[in-house]
Amino acid sequence: MSTAEKTRPAERTRAVDRERKREPRITDEHGRRVRGWELALRYLLLLGVLALTIGPFLWQLSTSLKGPTEDIFSSPPKFLPSDPTLHNYERVADTIPVWDYALNSLKVAAANVVTNCVGAALAGYALARLRYRGRRVATLVFILAMLVPVEGIIIAQFTTMRELGLNNTLIGVVLPGCVSALNVLLMRNAFLNLPYEIEEAAFVDGANVWQRFYRIALPAVKGTLAVVAIFAFMGAWDDFLWPLIVLSDPSKFTLTIGLNYLHGTFANDERLVAAGTIIAVAPLIVLFACLQRYFFRGVGEGAVKG
Amino acid sequence: MASPTLTTGTPDARKGGGARRVRRQLPASPWLFAAPGLLITGAFILYPFVSTLVNSLTDRRTLVPGEFVGLANFRELLHDDMFWIGLRNSSLYVLGVVPALVLLPLLLALLVQKNIPGITFFRSAFYTPVVASIVVVGLIWVWLLDERGLVNSLLETLGASPVGFLSDQWLILLSAMGVTVWKGLGYYMIIYLAALANVPRELHEAAAVDGAGAVRRFLTVTVPAVRSTMVLVAALSSVAAFKVFSEVYLMAGPSGGPAGEDTTLVMLVQRTGTGLTGRVGYASAISVVVFAVTVVLMLLVLRADRKEEA
Repeated sequence: MSTAEKTRPAERTRAVDRERKREPRITDEHGRRVRGWELALRYLLLLGVLALTIGPFLWQLSTSLKGPTEDIFSSPPKFLPSDPTLHNYERVADTIPVWDYALNSLKVAAANVVTNCVGAALAGYALARLRYRGRRVATLVFILAMLVPVEGIIIAQFTTMRELGLNNTLIGVVLPGCVSALNVLLMRNAFLNLPYEIEEAAFVDGANVWQRFYRIALPAVKGTLAVVAIFAFMGAWDDFLWPLIVLSDPSKFTLTIGLNYLHGTFANDERLVAAGTIIAVAPLIVLFACLQRYFFRGVGEGAVKG
Repeated sequence: MASPTLTTGTPDARKGGGARRVRRQLPASPWLFAAPGLLITGAFILYPFVSTLVNSLTDRRTLVPGEFVGLANFRELLHDDMFWIGLRNSSLYVLGVVPALVLLPLLLALLVQKNIPGITFFRSAFYTPVVASIVVVGLIWVWLLDERGLVNSLLETLGASPVGFLSDQWLILLSAMGVTVWKGLGYYMIIYLAALANVPRELHEAAAVDGAGAVRRFLTVTVPAVRSTMVLVAALSSVAAFKVFSEVYLMAGPSGGPAGEDTTLVMLVQRTGTGLTGRVGYASAISVVVFAVTVVLMLLVLRADRKEEA
């Protein structure tokens, strides 16, 4: 077990957990009481895994805060910077336009959220609630698209983009994934699970199809919509291969491509690369911490539906 | 509304009984609803898929339209050392990563299954690597596994000599596999958690009454109960592992490590197909191989599943 677990958040929860452990009512999933030693072993294992999963991020954070005079290669390693400084964050911005890259990533991610929510909700509604000839074909199109591995078609996507004159633009980054087939099918399943009765009343009152969609059906599937939004944001913010292929002009880079560039150019200064990665990962960890309930629901739903 | 395109509507075919209550609509409106999704999917997924298949039979280059050459690209693949290296590495990746990703997340799910104080924190923390971008994750591990990085300085503190995780051809591949497993643990853990929630508790109780220990109960109750989830995880992770790009690209460098020996198939697609001199036709042929192997992997996993059931 590494020493990384000695860092503060882990210790804090451990303290909190210790305190609560004194309460007599700790039961397992079957409602039985858990024995003390078993609980202790469990926490020990949990802390071990915690060190392995969170430790690397904390080590990166620590490296990014170490000043130019501090030895970052010391053995044994030093976890806490002796004189924490934000200097490296300023230097990243001097070396690459990291805030522009962050803004580019934000634009791409925001566009991806909007297009996926709107496009997937509309298409999902059409597949689930409307009757027309060709519905099965439309559904099949999305199912087939979901099965196509993106890694296999990137070169053709790239040539398609070039034919459209959209290479090296942020629009070109967004377009291929802007209404993902998986999201359409997720929305379709959400709409399918709604009882018909809730639209019936509106129909009797003469609501047209758009009103029924927007006023009645859409508010009822907000949960799935949130899942789609979160995953669209995360997917766009984290994507690497496609922006790497479509973007060639360094001024258009997104954060992930910029980081790769930073790493390639300044591989010798780990403090800089560390600061860059923290800038890229911090917003996501915050977003995740706020919305983790939806994350877990989303993964569960995604898994069930393939 | 979102899209003004696709105005050619299909009339609501069934006038009579079959049509449900939701029939007060313009004939074209279902297509208007589906249009944005259909257009994007058609233009940027299905059309590229078809054109990949077509291009693989041509000698198309980035700036040259190219002509039909039949199976010449595929014949050339057979004699291309780089292709075999890529196929070898992508296959090794599946063999190395999949067993770990089928088993470890299950154990992790069992660990975080009990509702003990603080468990939500642990679940979220274990999921963090999934949320982080693969580039961030890759660069963090490049730094950790650096010759003078944390792992080596810990090894040195313990008296061992430093290991060249990122300079040896095989260690690079192994390190990248480690990163893939590390990043994937949380994702599959959540899938297993959902499956474990459906295991009837009577089974565990009966086994416990019969005197089965923890290991025994894991093998006779838990594993059979989540077997179909294990198959799902095996399918998802093997397809993903075969298409590995970012981890190896970041840890071995764009040219794929010493003498390109760590190149994977998707890295090869990216390297040969892009740029001004990109061989689009040839890269498409490699992509077709990637499709084919992916399909075969899925079929193999599903077949194994059915066999065990029979």
